[in-house]
Amino acid sequence: MRSLQPLQPALIGLLFLGVWEISVRLSGVAAFIVPPPSLVAARFAQAWGDGTMLRHLLPTVMEVTAGGLIGGALGLVIGIGLGLSSAARRLASPYLVAAQSTPILALGPLLVLWFGPGTTAKTLICALITLFPMVIATLVAVRDADRGLLELGRSIGASRIQSLLFIRLPSARSGIFAGARVAATLAVVGAIVGEWLGGSAGLGILVNLARGSLFDTPLLFAALVQIALVGAFAYFLVVFAERLSTRLQK
Amino acid sequence: MRRVSLSFGTRRVLHGTSLTLKAGECVALLGTNGSGKTTLLRVAAGLLQPDTGRVLVAGTPARAGRADVGIAFQDSRLLGWRSAGRNVALPLEVAHGLTTSVRAAAANALRRVNGLGLENRAPAELSGGERQRVALARALVRDPALLLLDEPFAAVDAPTRNQFCAELPELIGGAAALLVTHDVAEALLVSDRVLLLTATGEIGREWKGLRSLPANQRRSSLLAPGGLSQQAELLAALSGVVHA
Repeated sequence: MRSLQPLQPALIGLLFLGVWEISVRLSGVAAFIVPPPSLVAARFAQAWGDGTMLRHLLPTVMEVTAGGLIGGALGLVIGIGLGLSSAARRLASPYLVAAQSTPILALGPLLVLWFGPGTTAKTLICALITLFPMVIATLVAVRDADRGLLELGRSIGASRIQSLLFIRLPSARSGIFAGARVAATLAVVGAIVGEWLGGSAGLGILVNLARGSLFDTPLLFAALVQIALVGAFAYFLVVFAERLSTRLQK
Repeated sequence: MRRVSLSFGTRRVLHGTSLTLKAGECVALLGTNGSGKTTLLRVAAGLLQPDTGRVLVAGTPARAGRADVGIAFQDSRLLGWRSAGRNVALPLEVAHGLTTSVRAAAANALRRVNGLGLENRAPAELSGGERQRVALARALVRDPALLLLDEPFAAVDAPTRNQFCAELPELIGGAAALLVTHDVAEALLVSDRVLLLTATGEIGREWKGLRSLPANQRRSSLLAPGGLSQQAELLAALSGVVHA
């Protein structure tokens, strides 16, 4: 049984799809309301075959990558600054929380008004939605570095920068990457939300097209599967980066 | 250290404490938990500033980060993400970067504390004794003139502690060393002088340690009638501090 353990998540997924397929077929629910997984898979393959999926996937991936990197990097820098300075924390925290409490959906139209319905506004939405988890995760991890290790740093004459590079950041690594994992999936949410606000291509646009003018529910499901795959890929990319950084740090 | 006083809020920890270490001698500072031993050590390291009094190391005021002071803490304080060798190299790395000679010095320091083979191992893979060995190598890597040891064997098992007590007098080499401990046998075995820190944070009586004896005679001397009575006397004095 132990050798089957890695397959267990896949088995659960297959079981879920099997129950879904049988339930839809037995209940006679129309495919335009809940399509069976086999139909979704066929539509998914067709959308890839005729280039529809790729045409909508690329802009989303671009927005997620650029927005995630900008928001992640900015969040890291701001988080480090706030983690190091209690005065900066006191000054910035209320504004940071207020900014995060403003729903990105409410901020989206404003960004589209300022930057147009192109890539810039969507990338900015991705960056903004990524920023907060990165700031908070970095702030907490940098602020709460082990006091004993920081004292060790002082005892060996480490400067503030060295203390940050040699002690605070390495010890904050897992906390920062935990924030990055959350941010990676949120970046995808940001891109989809941005695409709903306007534009001509993107997985968010494809969802809207499939739901509205095309009335193609299997395609809608196929787009949702593709969005989930992008999110999972972004997440596992962060996990890979974390493992790589662990190896490099030794 | 001259007439050093230090309070934390209303609690007075050090009270006009004076202490002088000659070059090359090892002094054990014996005291109960909470007597201010660690505080005194941190003042000597420049990690804490006294309210009054002054602390000089080799004629200049004590300050944190001096290259001629090495410190080993009670907990090993190894950076878990660095190999043992790179932990030892850290004090030199902050000054010179991670050069070949820095790596060589770290390897030498590990050899000096009998830590051969530990260099590439992660702290998580080390036993408590090995971790303290690495921490000691890190304290020695800059060849300090003053070595400060804050109960470095408190967290290791009895056989390992015995082994450290046998090795430490030679490991210290020519450095002046201040060892704070609450273990009477450890204080006598490792040091040239044993000083008692009273509950009021003052240096009390002084006893002669066994460091000057040949390594193979120290433990037998500790267990000889004279050594046993000295231990009993120290324990009684320590108990007096507890009950004071």
